[in-house]
Amino acid sequence: MSRGDWQSYIPRIEQLARGLGLEFHPVEFEAVPDAFMMEIAVYGLPVRMPHWSFGVRYIYQLIQRHMGHSRLFEVVFPGNPGHAYLAAGNGLAENILVTAHVLGHADFSRNNLLFQRCQTQVSERIVEHAAQHARQIQQAIETHGLECVEAVLDAALALEQHIDVDQPLRRPRFPEYAEPPKALADDEFRRRFAALEPGTAGAALASRQRAPLPPHPERDLLWFVAQYAPEMESWERDIFLAVREESFYFYPVFATQIMNEGWASYWHARLLREADFIAQQAYLDAIKCHSDVVRPVAADEEVALSLNPYHLGFALWEHIVAQEGLEAAFAIRAQDDDFAFIRNHLTRELAAELGLFRYRARDGKIRVLEQDVDALHEAILAPKYNFGAPTVLVRRVHTDGTLELGHDHALDRRGLDLERSRKVLEYVQRVWRRPVRLATVDQDGAEREISAP
Amino acid sequence: MSEQITREPPASAAKWYELFSRGARDWLRHDAKVREAVRRHLPELVSGGELIGGGARTVRVPVKLLEHYHFRLRRAEERQGVGQGQVKPGDVFVDPAQGGAAGGKGPGGEEDGEVQLLLELKIDDIVEWLWEEMQLPNLVPRAGPSQESEWVREGWDRRGARSRLDRRRSFKELVKRRGAPGALPTFTDEDLRFRQLARRRRPAVRAVVFFLLDVSGSMSERDRQLAKTFFFWTMQGLRRQYRMLETVFVAHTTDAWEFTEPEFFQVSGTGGTVASSGFNKVSETVRERFDAAQYNVYLFYATDGDNAASDASAARAALTALAAEACFCGYVEVAAGHSRHLETETGRLFAELASAGAPVDSCVLAEFDDVWGAIRRFFAAQQRAVEGA
Repeated sequence: MSRGDWQSYIPRIEQLARGLGLEFHPVEFEAVPDAFMMEIAVYGLPVRMPHWSFGVRYIYQLIQRHMGHSRLFEVVFPGNPGHAYLAAGNGLAENILVTAHVLGHADFSRNNLLFQRCQTQVSERIVEHAAQHARQIQQAIETHGLECVEAVLDAALALEQHIDVDQPLRRPRFPEYAEPPKALADDEFRRRFAALEPGTAGAALASRQRAPLPPHPERDLLWFVAQYAPEMESWERDIFLAVREESFYFYPVFATQIMNEGWASYWHARLLREADFIAQQAYLDAIKCHSDVVRPVAADEEVALSLNPYHLGFALWEHIVAQEGLEAAFAIRAQDDDFAFIRNHLTRELAAELGLFRYRARDGKIRVLEQDVDALHEAILAPKYNFGAPTVLVRRVHTDGTLELGHDHALDRRGLDLERSRKVLEYVQRVWRRPVRLATVDQDGAEREISAP
Repeated sequence: MSEQITREPPASAAKWYELFSRGARDWLRHDAKVREAVRRHLPELVSGGELIGGGARTVRVPVKLLEHYHFRLRRAEERQGVGQGQVKPGDVFVDPAQGGAAGGKGPGGEEDGEVQLLLELKIDDIVEWLWEEMQLPNLVPRAGPSQESEWVREGWDRRGARSRLDRRRSFKELVKRRGAPGALPTFTDEDLRFRQLARRRRPAVRAVVFFLLDVSGSMSERDRQLAKTFFFWTMQGLRRQYRMLETVFVAHTTDAWEFTEPEFFQVSGTGGTVASSGFNKVSETVRERFDAAQYNVYLFYATDGDNAASDASAARAALTALAAEACFCGYVEVAAGHSRHLETETGRLFAELASAGAPVDSCVLAEFDDVWGAIRRFFAAQQRAVEGA
């Protein structure tokens, strides 16, 4: 059986998918060596900026692969056209399954509103954009030297998750002056008052007030530093904005992971079932592969302490389609993200059926907690808030240029890791070029301030 | 129907991707950063004394992978999670993430299973870096009257051993003979050129360094460790410069003995201190084995400075004789606990000699951090002594 065979299935699978109502941009399929697949997994994009931290992830990935923990079948990048990379080592059955899976992703990323919003901002050609950023940074290295560029990347990539997707990608600066106070109504009282005290009555209108910076606590740290750092070079700003643009691309992937993987798994299973053109043996192999991907717990264990998003999403979608029909499912895939999806559709009965449980780990012991579906939702979603990062806000820029950051510890329920945070401040300080401070709390809940230098 | 673009990589593509692997590129950068960091902290790392072993030319430094820091929440004492499986509320089992019975908290690196990197560094490289990093002066050898000869390459000849045939040169001869381009004729014997060797004589630069250590009862374990660390790195620094460096290790209490290098770094003793016994042993060895005219003689003496009062005049005589022959004598006072530095019996003796113009210098070692200061001081003093002479 030659490897090229799977390609002849692509048009037929696509036709079947369209017939069932999926809508997707054309997808370019490419089979690539395993080494390349691994790099995509490390970098998140096929060609991305160089940084030593990716080297560390690469080594972890290599170790994992040697231990046989992770196997990658495909990586797909949304866009028009979409790009799908398939591992060259996949067998025919795996590739048929993967093709169907990719079409599920392509439909999701085209129709989901969060994806759409981010894609209209970042453009539908993120793969090319990221490659352009990489080239731009390579040029910066040649012009300014590796050390300088690396210092900027250290800071920018450390703040990678600190963006605000509710704001536009190309976001205007804050107005420099505060809104002038509203003109007072010209009524009888006003006139009599002005006649009594000619000095004070009209004076407030005349002077303009400089707005405080920022006018409200700001969580888009990458944008704020790029816009307001006192002495940042323009090429340094470009690097910050490049990292921010890539974060805007990564956000929907992160925030819809359960839905998106579940949707693709639902569709590869359904397409395979309905594809009468696939040989019996290939179908069986593919279904075997499917059940490996969506199984909740590893083969040799009975209890898993983490969730398999493929499994959870798949189970939820099966349930939704069975209960509410395909049309409702299409509407949900367009409108929800993981927060809405889990809260609206993971019911108590379904959680019990899947055997989901909350636990508390302490002193090497794991204790299973009482069933409580709302608490279960929050426990599943907790690691997904705020792009998975603590809530750190810009509170103020002082007149001497000191950047004052604050950590919303009430929201996160505990303080920051002080050592790590200090290192991040050191990174930031090198591009901000003025002192940087951060307030958080320690383990006793007492206020702590750390700073660099 | 959409357009399909499908590509299958050629068989050679896997190799190609590996050649241009971005992951490997960034990993090498990480590696370079680690080496840089190790290099920057080398003085602290190596003064600890753990590195000193017998004879090995490399050391292994375990290092952690660098972490790219992000804002993270503090580690909570308890974590909550969601799992899946057939359990009942209230069930309790062992947390596999904690490694079974270990329990409690292991500091740092909770999420990644701690990968350690074992960095192998050549001692020669370390010494090279240190000398660069700390701008340590080089020794100025005293060229003796003796000569050493060596063979150096010099010129070409038409005859010679086949192994010395210079192909490039021979080919040039061929081209010269032929004159014009075109099909080249074959070589003739005329064209062949062989490299020649000539014997060169030059002043010998040979050195012997004596490491004299007081191992009497008053020297604590820590004192000895300090002295040995100092000796070790001094020796590496001297080896860096002399192709032929001989080392003699002498330990003394009331009597003196010579040791081999591995033994010397293990030795300990008890009893009183008679410094002259050590100086005499060194002088004796120089007379017996090393012609002072041929060798650059260095002496480094480490002690806590307490010499027996009865030995004062004998020690002065022995040391004066020795200092006349040696290029340089360094006195290291290991004084972990003392406050009055160089005020000791032996300290005064060396100070006396120094003011009389002999090539000697003294230094105090109280902490491991002082080792590099001491080495720098001695190497600079030695340079002055030679330039002054």
